[in-house]
Formats: sequence, C-alpha cells, structure tokens
Amino acid sequence: MTMVATYGSASSFLGGPGAAYSIGLGWVLLAMTQVATGYFVLLILGKKFAIVTRRYNAVTLTDFLKGRYESKTVVILAAASIMIFLFSAMAAQWIGGAYLIQSITGLSYIGALFIFAVAVLIYVIIGGFRAVSITDTLQGIVMFFGTLLLLIGVVIAGGGLDQIFTDLRTENPNLVTPYGHDGNLSALYVSSFWILVGVGVVGLPQVAVRAMSYKDSRSMHRALIIGTIVVGFIMLNMHLIGVFARPVLPGIEVADQVIPLIALEVLPGWLAGIVLAAPLAAIMSTVDSLLLLVSSSVVKDVYINYVKPEATRKHVEKVSFGVTAVIGIIVFLMAIQPPDFIIFLNLFAFGGLEAAFIWPVVLGLYWKRGNKYGAIASMIAGISSYMGIHFYNEAYGNLLGVHTVTLPVFISLIAFVLVSLITKHRVNPVNAI
Amino acid sequence: MRKDLRFRIAHREALIGVVLALINILWWYGFAYGLGSKSPEEYTYILGFPAWFFWSCIVGFLVMVVLVILTVKFLLTDVPLDDGEEEQTE
Repeated sequence: MTMVATYGSASSFLGGPGAAYSIGLGWVLLAMTQVATGYFVLLILGKKFAIVTRRYNAVTLTDFLKGRYESKTVVILAAASIMIFLFSAMAAQWIGGAYLIQSITGLSYIGALFIFAVAVLIYVIIGGFRAVSITDTLQGIVMFFGTLLLLIGVVIAGGGLDQIFTDLRTENPNLVTPYGHDGNLSALYVSSFWILVGVGVVGLPQVAVRAMSYKDSRSMHRALIIGTIVVGFIMLNMHLIGVFARPVLPGIEVADQVIPLIALEVLPGWLAGIVLAAPLAAIMSTVDSLLLLVSSSVVKDVYINYVKPEATRKHVEKVSFGVTAVIGIIVFLMAIQPPDFIIFLNLFAFGGLEAAFIWPVVLGLYWKRGNKYGAIASMIAGISSYMGIHFYNEAYGNLLGVHTVTLPVFISLIAFVLVSLITKHRVNPVNAI
Repeated sequence: MRKDLRFRIAHREALIGVVLALINILWWYGFAYGLGSKSPEEYTYILGFPAWFFWSCIVGFLVMVVLVILTVKFLLTDVPLDDGEEEQTE
C-alpha cells in the first residue's frame, strides 16, 4: 500500500488524468502498463532483495549498492543520480499539490504553492517516516473508493457510457482509438512505456526501498495481491475519469487540473473535499519520502561515508535538517514555473533513475559476475545516453519512435555486461550473491 | 552463499514474475491493437466501451488479478527473510 501511494500520487491523480483528458483512451491504454508494477517489482526484487539487504544492513538502495559492489564511485554516482532526478520528481509533486489547493481554495497558483510548502514543512518536522506508513492504509482505502465514486459521478453527469462515447466520437473520433487525439500515439511508443512505468520501475530507488521493508514473506505475498488490485483499479478509474470529463467539462485550460475541477463539478462539496483530500495526502507522503530519500543520500551516503565519518548524532541531525531545508527551497523555486503537463516531469525523473539503477540492482542480485566496474560503466552509460537522447528528442522528436528511456536501458545493460566480463579477473567475487 | 536454499526459491519466483509480465504484455497488446486498429466507425462496443479497450484494459486487468492471486496461492513459498532463523546451508 505504501508503495502504491509513493509511486502513484501526483502523476496518477493529476498528471495522468490530465494527459488522458487531452489525448483520450490511448493514454488510458498506456497507463494500464502500470498494472505490472504491482506484481513485477515484488516478484523480481522480492525475497532475494529482502534477504540480501538484511544481510548488508541496508535501509536504502544506495546501502544495497554499497554492500554489493564495495565501491565509493558507485555510491557517489548513485547519490548524485538520486539527487538530480528526484528533484524533478519532487517538483512534479509540488506542482500537483499546488494545483489541488488552488482549485479547492481559489487562490493564485503561487499562493497555493506557498501554502503547500508550509504544509510540507510542518508534515516533515512533525511526522517523518513513521506518520507516513500509519496514514497510508487509510489513504489507500479513501483513494480506492474515492476514485470509484468520482467515476460513477462522471458517468452519470455525462449521461451514461453510451452517451459519453458518442460525444467523444462526435468531437474527435481519434479520442476513442488507441492512437491518441492526433493519431500520433504509435503502438511502438505506447509499448515502450512497459519499460518506463511497467517493468523498469524495479530500478526506482523510492520503490526499491519499499520492497526491502516487508516484515516477512507472508506480508510480501499479501502486498503482491493488494498492490496489483489497487494500482490497477486506481489507474484505470483515474484515467477513465480524465477521458470522461471531456464531454462533461470541455475546454479546461490546464489539463492537470481536470480531477479537482471535475470532482467539484459532479460531486456534492463535502464529498468532493474527501475525495480530493486523498490525493493531497498521497502527494504529501510522497513529497515527504522523496525529501527524506534525497537528504539521506546527501547526508548518509555521502557526508557520513566520505566527508565526516566521525560526525556525532547531533551534528548529523543538524546537517540533515539544513540539507532538507535547502532542497525544499530549491524545489519550491523549480515549481514556480509549472510545465504544461506535470506527468512529463515525473516521467523524466523515472527514466533517468531507471537508466542509472536498473542493471546495477537487477544484475547485482542475479548475476554473480557483475562487479563494480560494470556497475559504474552501466550507470555512467545509462545516465549520459539518457540525457543525450532526452535533448535529442526534445529537439527532433522521438528517436526510433520510442520513449527516451528505451535505448539507455539497453545501452546500460550492454555496458554492465561487457565491462563486468572484461574486468572479471580484477575483482574478488566475495560479496557476490 | 550460492547454496542458500531460499535463493533458489527467489530465483524461481523472479522467473514467474517475468512470465506474468509477458502474458500481461501479450494480452494487452493483442487486444488493443488487434481490435483497435480499424477506423473508429467500425468499432463494436461492449458494456458501452469500445471492444478493444474492454478486452485489453478492463478484462486484461481482471485476468492479471486472477493470475496474481493464483500465483501467490499456489506457486509462491513462504521463507524467512532474516538470516539464521532456520536452516541455511552456506
């Protein structure tokens, strides 16, 4: 459940439906690739990851990489990529939170962003990680039924499914095809999302961290079932709501605001409040765990490991607080100018993290020949090719018609395998598993 | 360490994960583009939804839920996650 909230949040509650509103059923099809994450992450990382991370006493993904590869360079690369890419993931959450507050209260965007920032600050100071997992189950339940209610509300407001699909077809027949409103959503492009948001998610630090936290295998099994059902159900509902909102509320200017606007339109005020409180809470807990993740990779992985190993507890707390505050301010500044669709900001972060981490994690677990040189090569190749292709795609359109993440994932795989094989005599595989 | 029995179980379960994902992809792709490639005027509708969407996304999701439940019930094994609790051959 925790995983669902962290992974989903702003992009699935605002960004995804926003894109579905503009693009149509094709985007819902694309979003359904995420059903796989519910079971895939837990089956692939699953038990082995849980056992191994316990053996290494690891509590973060970087700890695991440190234990597996015993390399300072790997740790620093990991910490650096977490910092770079999670910034954009966090900015996406802040923008989402601000949109929600904006549409509920009617304040200006900047005002709403400011309120959101203050709320995050309070939340982090008071709660931290513990509060997150207590509220998660409740949030999950509210979201589950909230999206269902909202879907029913939209269908009724739109005059029933038949009417809605007739309206959509009349407006633009492409909206009900798998190819998107302008017919540009190719099968190849949509399929490449299997890598980005389906199976590639095993490489996301914020997801991996959850996979190591199960008490026993029984709770992991339960999470497999619940995770698949809840992720799939919420994704399907939220994105359908986005599409169905089109005939009900045509001409929304900022598509990312479609969910709050439609909730206020089709549900009575108090109910809309409850339904919208759930995503807001989810965004909060995501922001909170991302903040902790970034500041822990700065403080724990880099500062304590390599800068000042003898730091006292008190000193560490002070540094952590300072780092968290600085990160918060930077993200606030980044969020002042929101892009057209927050989902692309989030997906950018996903792709970068996956390009960096997927093979060091997966092959680190399942291939005993994998070594630190392979991991370093894979991370550098993954990140640099990802950045290169990202800018290429922005300028010239998608290379080979697939999402940016696709090629770097293959490039980093080749780099990992080749370099590990070339350097195999240089590493004593004592830590291999 | 290679001989840890729990790892053999874990490797098997990782393979199961890959197989499930492959089934998921094939089902999803087959129905979406198999039924959805014609022009929208020729679409048939099931329970109000275009047939491609109904089979690919709605039924596809339910099929995966059933498969995951069956997998957990019949294929996965309970193992201790901490070292040293039970037999561990190193």
